Amino acid sequence: MCTYVTNTAGVSGSAYQGDEWFPVDRAVVYFDHPQDAPLDHALCIDVWGAGERVAVELDAASARRLAETILATLDHDEVRPLIAT
Amino acid sequence: MSDAMLAETIEITGHAGDQIEAYFARPVDGDNQPSVVVLHHMPGYDRASKEIVRTFAVYGYAALMPNLHHRYATGAKASDAAAAARDAGGVPDDQCAGDVGGAMSYLRSRTEANGKVGAIGYCSGGRQTFMVACTLDVDAAVDCYGGRADIDLAPGLRCPLLGLFGVDDQSPSPDDVAAMAKALEANGKTFDFHSYDGAGHAFFSVDRPSYRVDAAKDGWKQIWNFFGTNLGGD
Repeated sequence: MCTYVTNTAGVSGSAYQGDEWFPVDRAVVYFDHPQDAPLDHALCIDVWGAGERVAVELDAASARRLAETILATLDHDEVRPLIAT
Repeated sequence: MSDAMLAETIEITGHAGDQIEAYFARPVDGDNQPSVVVLHHMPGYDRASKEIVRTFAVYGYAALMPNLHHRYATGAKASDAAAAARDAGGVPDDQCAGDVGGAMSYLRSRTEANGKVGAIGYCSGGRQTFMVACTLDVDAAVDCYGGRADIDLAPGLRCPLLGLFGVDDQSPSPDDVAAMAKALEANGKTFDFHSYDGAGHAFFSVDRPSYRVDAAKDGWKQIWNFFGTNLGGD
């Protein structure tokens, strides 16, 4: 099925593509048919900025592990004090 | 007659007079050719969709697939254009109908054409095909597992409709398919639905794990019979 489920998050930072970095301003997250991953559906992330895009397509379990790992990293005792509130 | 065919990207006039690219495959020889507009799936104007267009030419049809994502990333790869279309909020139905209408005009204007034009779409293109068949003067339409079809459009259906679905699909689910059939029946429309056991969404996609050979083989058979009857194809 096409879920059409798409969520966009404003982000700030840089992404790397080829041999160039570029500034990014949004991440489009959706669960739908992938372009390349051998899956019926995938958690897809397109990080956009300056007209460029970097993309990943992950199976659902991988995507959840990635999300949990990001949060665990941000919540680490040594990291938390470094993050401006 | 030879089996030679020509397949290439051309430019057509789409919605609002916009010039958009379209993939065109047709037999080299022969007059009185039936025509088909192919509506690609959500991943876009990709290699797999172009292969479907060429298959129609193998069977004697002039087939044209407008790139519904062309405006969002002109000249980009299919995956980038599909992502850009999603980032922009998706393809509006009126724009899609305008692009398909442009493709139909192009096909009907050919001297080799028999004047009949069908439409077929897969996945999101299946939903769009039903919308188009209720909006434009299509001679026959095939909806391949299009989810979220707007069944309120059913009274406006202008041509016979073939529907090919998987029983294991969640969108359209068997209940969705039944509701669509009920709406078409209530409006006295001509339709023929086939729902395949052991198949889910995208069972025609030979390059995806969803491919189901038995459903796909019978589905193609239904398509050739249906378009043969309604478009004058072989």
